[in-house]
This record gives sequence, structure tokens and C-alpha cells, in this order.
Amino acid sequence: MTIHDITTSRRAFLAGTGLVIGVAIAPKFLSAARTGVPAGGAGDLKPMNAFVKIGTDDTVTVLSKHIEFGQGPFTGLATLVAEELDADWSQMRAVHSPTDNKIYANLAFGLQGTGGSSSIANAYEQMRKAGATARAMLVAAAAEEWKVPAAEITVEKGRMKHAGSGKESGFGAFADMASRQTPPADPKLKDPKDFVLIGTDLPKLDTREKTNGAAIFTLDIMPDGLLTAVVAHPKHFGAVVKSFDDTDARKVMGVVDIRQIPQGIAVYGENTFAALKGRDELRIDWDLSKAETRSSAELAAEYIRHFDKPGLEATNTGDVAQAFQQPGLQTVEAQIVFPFLAHAPMEPLDAVFIKAADGSVDIYNGAQFPGFDQQVAAKILSLDETKVRVNTQLAGGSFGRKAQFGSPYMQEAASVYAAIGGDRPLKHMWTREDDIQGGFYRPMYAHKMRGAVDAKGRITAWEQIIVGQSIMAKADLDSTSVEGASNLPYRIPNLKVTSHNVTLPIPPLWWRSVGHTHTGFAVETFVDELLTRVGRDPVEGRLALLDAASRHAGVLRKAAEMADWGVTLPEGRARGVAVVESFGSFVAQVADVSVGADGAPRVHKVWCAVDCGVAVNPNIIKAQMEGGIGYGLGAVLFDAVTLDKGGRIMQSNFHDYRSIRINEMPDVSVEIIKSTEKPTGVGEPGVPPIGPAVANAWRKLTDAPVRQLPIVSIMSS
Amino acid sequence: MVTFTLNGKTRTFDGDPETPLLWVIRDFEKLTGTKYGCGVAQCGACTVHLDGMPRRSCITPIAMIDGSDVITIEGIAGKEAEAVQTAWAGLDVPQCGYCQSGQIMSAVALLQMVPKPTDDEIDGAMTGNLCRCATYHRIRAAIHNAANAMEG
Repeated sequence: MTIHDITTSRRAFLAGTGLVIGVAIAPKFLSAARTGVPAGGAGDLKPMNAFVKIGTDDTVTVLSKHIEFGQGPFTGLATLVAEELDADWSQMRAVHSPTDNKIYANLAFGLQGTGGSSSIANAYEQMRKAGATARAMLVAAAAEEWKVPAAEITVEKGRMKHAGSGKESGFGAFADMASRQTPPADPKLKDPKDFVLIGTDLPKLDTREKTNGAAIFTLDIMPDGLLTAVVAHPKHFGAVVKSFDDTDARKVMGVVDIRQIPQGIAVYGENTFAALKGRDELRIDWDLSKAETRSSAELAAEYIRHFDKPGLEATNTGDVAQAFQQPGLQTVEAQIVFPFLAHAPMEPLDAVFIKAADGSVDIYNGAQFPGFDQQVAAKILSLDETKVRVNTQLAGGSFGRKAQFGSPYMQEAASVYAAIGGDRPLKHMWTREDDIQGGFYRPMYAHKMRGAVDAKGRITAWEQIIVGQSIMAKADLDSTSVEGASNLPYRIPNLKVTSHNVTLPIPPLWWRSVGHTHTGFAVETFVDELLTRVGRDPVEGRLALLDAASRHAGVLRKAAEMADWGVTLPEGRARGVAVVESFGSFVAQVADVSVGADGAPRVHKVWCAVDCGVAVNPNIIKAQMEGGIGYGLGAVLFDAVTLDKGGRIMQSNFHDYRSIRINEMPDVSVEIIKSTEKPTGVGEPGVPPIGPAVANAWRKLTDAPVRQLPIVSIMSS
Repeated sequence: MVTFTLNGKTRTFDGDPETPLLWVIRDFEKLTGTKYGCGVAQCGACTVHLDGMPRRSCITPIAMIDGSDVITIEGIAGKEAEAVQTAWAGLDVPQCGYCQSGQIMSAVALLQMVPKPTDDEIDGAMTGNLCRCATYHRIRAAIHNAANAMEG
């Protein structure tokens, strides 16, 4: 199923309709501000359905089934509700919904979860219906009270009016009465031409509390009696504890206990520093017998050996072998090696556990798949799932890191909590070192490319072999390994794409834009190289290979126009372009680059055109493009997790796992293509084009194609 | 025993003298706006004002600050703070928001010292503050907006 096929699941929607969704009850000694329990509006909140509560104080609280970690679902989903509810933006609030894999399912996944840039896409009709339903219930209540026909009541900016009788009211006065109305079976949605909120730059709902320190993240939850725990992990993937000596660690002031768990050695402290200091004092002997002991260089050599073996076929159209034999063609070959990448969200993984008086447990964490977290924790804590409440918190980024099948992080956190008995509230946190060295990386990949182009810039043959770990743990073809390569947008009559799955003890994971992180780079640098080999302009040459009416061509033309592509550049400057579709959204970027004082690329300016269908909040779309460009650029320039000889992880923190900083961030201009297509996501699609756009400019500047990432590694090797 | 002022109030600490100021602020004083991001002064999420200067609280042992004045995001005030927070809201700078307390503390300190910073001066003051959401583009614009608002 693609995002485009998603239709609102009426059954799932109605399952939540009319249900009183109670917020998990936290122990009495916790104030809301200290637990992060969603509060929403301040008044008495009456549920209209699973997604909308109307407060007697006139507030409208939207229960977001998607986690807010910066990509904007609180604001986006609230916009969809407010539009159909005819609410005023100032009365809107948003909180995380409770955990429920049915009521709060991502309609693209079939269970609750955030990812794949799908929040707005899957919830577009569902949230509008939730708003329209609430509106109908409020109007029905007012009609009953005012004794007028419902059809004569108008609603605008949160005010219900009946012109004939002169009656007027806000929502709050009817909240209780409306909550007892029968919801309409099929609420009518607005014609998009009548939208007043969708398509406008509404201010984000979570900005204020993120500028004054009031926003509560998991790390900020501090119940009385809290223990803080950290775990000593191995420096080799697949290593396990052989033996350990905690004599000195137990002497550290504030260390409460030390326990062995499957993932390592857990140190419990009365405060964070005690736990950290205690961990430093542990002496652990690790068993490396099943560990990965090869270096990154050795792994790369192993990957490259796969090129000569038969692979898993992703695409095979035309006759590639025969096409390469034709006369009059220029042939180009390339091998590109991509490193492991850590997600490195600002807030490392963490979770808080609090046992209630009845023995049930509240978990507070940045849950991207809360249902999995609930299942995993319940099993480890030997509780029925109904006795484990996962309370999703604002998270300090994720970029894919928190979306894990089987919730391996929660396995560790719950094991730490279970190992000490669970009577005291416990916070488990990873340090930055745990995060950088903790695996679940964007896998390493090696690509082999071979292409043939004629004198007019027609690419007649293209063969691509991709070697790497299967993120989906498949034995056969993993579409996430080849997405963006197996479905090239360009007219190429003879196309063959194959892949090889490699198995390693290093756990892989999706990383912001998944397969497009490497296929986008490989495809867009290689097509650029083929076109320039025969003297074609990178923009004109691409357009000649695309359907003129395609959305690829649309964003490419727009980005080129924004950048004034073709203009004479100052000495020492070059521009590169790339266009990538990911998650149903189309993004083209032009990067203006020079060789910096340190010899590395200096990116001065990026022009970005995005087509993501209906733009629900243009300002958030632009912010996601800016952020995606920065995130992708940092990785392409600086980032790699590497294993040294013997397999030890070489990087540990932001000093050696570099992140882009403000002085390296280019100026960015974004334009959004006007569209009436269904909305698609923007969290990830800004990432893929920036790497190849910069690399294409770099090739012009240095005459050397980028065959190894990050780019700074070429300079040091 | 270490005595210091935190957001104008006198506080004492008699725990492990090596405890970084960050964990004293968070775990003992329960002020959670100041964040942990790296523990080694590489990300700036823990930035506070120590005697009026931006300081990475994660590498500042509490024993070092006896007699000092500490201001956190919860305690900043004055025209620079107001201008910065207003400018941040005006551009919807935060995405995940986790690093923003530190960004704002650095930006406020910059404007207190340089009321009308150039892009180079912004780079100089803000390079120590990481944002993995890469909101840098808006941070720069917001600092310029705040400077202009203070001027006007």
C-alpha cells in the first residue's frame, strides 16, 4: 500500500468515536508539569471523539496519535481538525494521544507509529473528519438548546451563531451537551477551495514552551524518589559480559546498586552524576567471541567482493548486457562506499518508569512505536499489557532512531527497571557515547554503477548493484535497499538493479529518508556524470529524460529558476543540482559551493523546490526542508561511524561524530509547488537531494567525483 | 558546602563536589530547561550564564562555582532575553526544541555583549551550540530580528 492509497479507515475512526479517552492517571505525588502527562486545555475537557476534546474554557485539544519531535504533527493535525471545526487558531491545543494500536493506528502502517513522513498523509482525512464530527455535535447541541434547525447555525472562528434568533456561543458552553450527541455517520468535509486555515502559516502550537524551558521531555520527568540508571555497554558489536568487578563503583557517593542485565551492567544512582561516575569505575571483561572484529575497511572490501556474485533482482528492463555493446556510446563506471551513520538526536534515548499503587506501571518515553514499547515492557515486567501505560513524550529528535520493531531500546530500559525490583521510580538514560556507539545505524552500503550514454545525452543502459544490510531483516529483496534506484524517474530503456543482503552483528535501522540516503546520492551523482560526459547541461539533460508534465520535472524547473541556473558564477564557485522523490514528495535542490579555507566543501546557498501536494502549513514545510538540508549536508560532509582494526567503534561523541554547526549552514530558500494532490510528507524528503547536489558541484570544482563518504574522508585518505 | 545563587535565589549544595553544575541544576534544583546533550561541552544544550557569561554547565564542577551567580533559561530576563524569545517565536525557530534553551542562552549572552552582531559574530558566539534539527538558518535570522527589535 502506498501513501496515495490510504483512505480513512471508517471502522478505526468509529472505534474511537464517543469513547471517553482517559489520560493515564499518574501517581498523586506527581504534578502534571513533572510527569509530562498531557494536559491540553486548562478547563474540563469533554471528548467529542478519540481525537478531539472541547474544554468548558473554549479550548479545543487535539490528541495527536503521532509523536512530536520537531516535524510538526501537533500543529499539522490540529490544523486539520480546526479547519473542519471552524475553530479559531488561538483556541487550539495539542497533546499526545494515549497508546492504542487500533484507535490511534497510523493508517499507513495498521498500528500506532510515526515514520515514513506519513503523519499528515495518513491523517489528512481522518483528522478533518474528527473536526467535522465535533463541529456537527456542537451544532446539534446548540440547535437543541436554542430550539432552532441545525442547518441554520453557522460556525466561524470558534463562534456558533444563529442569525434568526440572534443566539451566539463559543464551544465551551456546549462541550458537555455536545459530547452526548450521536456523532454523524459521515460528516461532510469542506471543498478545499473553502479552506481558511489549511495552507496558511499558522504559528506552531509548541513554540512558546520550547523557548522558555517549559517544554517537558522524558529526561525532565522527575518524580520523588527517582533513581537514575545508566548501562555500561561493550565497545564491540556482539560482545557480552564475561566478568565484572564493581568494587570501586559501589564506593561512589550516591551509587545505590549495580546489576547485570542482558545488555551490559546497569548502575543505579540517587542522581545522574552518581550513576555516571559509578559506571566509569566499573571494570568489565568482555567476551568478544561472537563480536564483529572486522574494521570498516575490511567490511568495505568484503562488500565489494559481492559485486561479482549474482544478486537479488529489483529491476530488469530491456537488455542491459546487449545495450552496453552498442557502438557510439560513452561508458562510465563507479563504485561508491557509504559509511554507517548514527542518528544522534539531541536527546539520547531515555525512559521513565513509575509503578502505581495497583502495581500497574506508567512508562514515559519518546515512543515512536508506542504499542511495541508497551508489549515489550509488559513482557519483561511480567505484567498484562493493560497494566502498562506508555505515555508518549515530546522527544528531542529521532530521525528514525526511536522507530524500532521489537523495541530493543525498551527491552534494555525495562530490563534495567525490572532488575532492581521496580518499587522506586526509575529513569534509564543513554549518554551521548551510548548513542554514537549503540548501533542501529544507517547501514554501510557499497554501490557499483555502470552506465552508457549517447552523444545526445540519452542514457541507453544503466546497471546498479547495491550491497548492504537489510533494514527489514529480509533474506530476499529488501525494497528499502533499492528504493530510489529500482524506480528511476528517468527514461532509460535498459535498466538493471540488483542487491545483496549482508548480515552483521551491527544492528541496522532506517535513518531519515531510509534507502534514499544512499540511492539518491548514487543515482543523482551518476546521472550528472553521464550527462556532463557528453556535454549536456545537468538541468536540461535531466529534463530531457523526464516527462515534462512529471512532478520531478516540475520541482527541477522551479529550483533551476530560483537559482537562476546557468548564470555566470564568480571564480571558484560551482553549482550542483539533484532531484529526488521520496515518500511521495518531490524535491529538487541547487547547491552553490566553493572550496573552503580548510579544503572541504563550503556550501553557501541552497535553493529548494518541493512538491508535497496540498501544503497544510507552508512554514513547517519550509522548516523541514531547511532542517533536512542541514541534516543531510552534515552527514555528507562529516559523518561516519567506523570500526578500527579489531572492530572497536572509533567515534564516541560530537567531537568525532561531527555535526553541522551554524557557521557551516548554508542560506536556504524554499519554494512550494502549488498542488491539489493529496498531501505527502516532508520530514524526510528534504534530505536526499542535498548530498548529490553538493557532490555534483564538488566534481565541477575539483574534477574528482565523490566516490566515498563523508567527503572529508576523501581529503584525509 | 558550595553556596551560589540560582536565578536570584541563594542555594547550597553539599553533595559530591565533582558533580557538574548541569546535574545540580536538574537533579537537585529540579530546573529542567537546561539540557544534557553530550557531557563534554561539544553541543551547548547545557548552556547557562555564570556570572553573566555563557558557560557549559556539563563540564563545570559545582565546587568551582562557589559564590557565583547562575542564571538558567527559567531565570533569564531583560530586554535581550525578551527580544530573543519574541524573535524565536516570530520565526517558529524550534523544531524538536531540545537544544533551544542552550541556543537562547548563547544568543542572549551575545546580544548583551554585542547588541548588533554581524553574521561572523553570530557564528563566533553560536558555533558551540549544536542543533540536530539544523534550525540554524532561523536562529541566525532570529538573532538579527532580535537585534533590530532592540534597536527600534
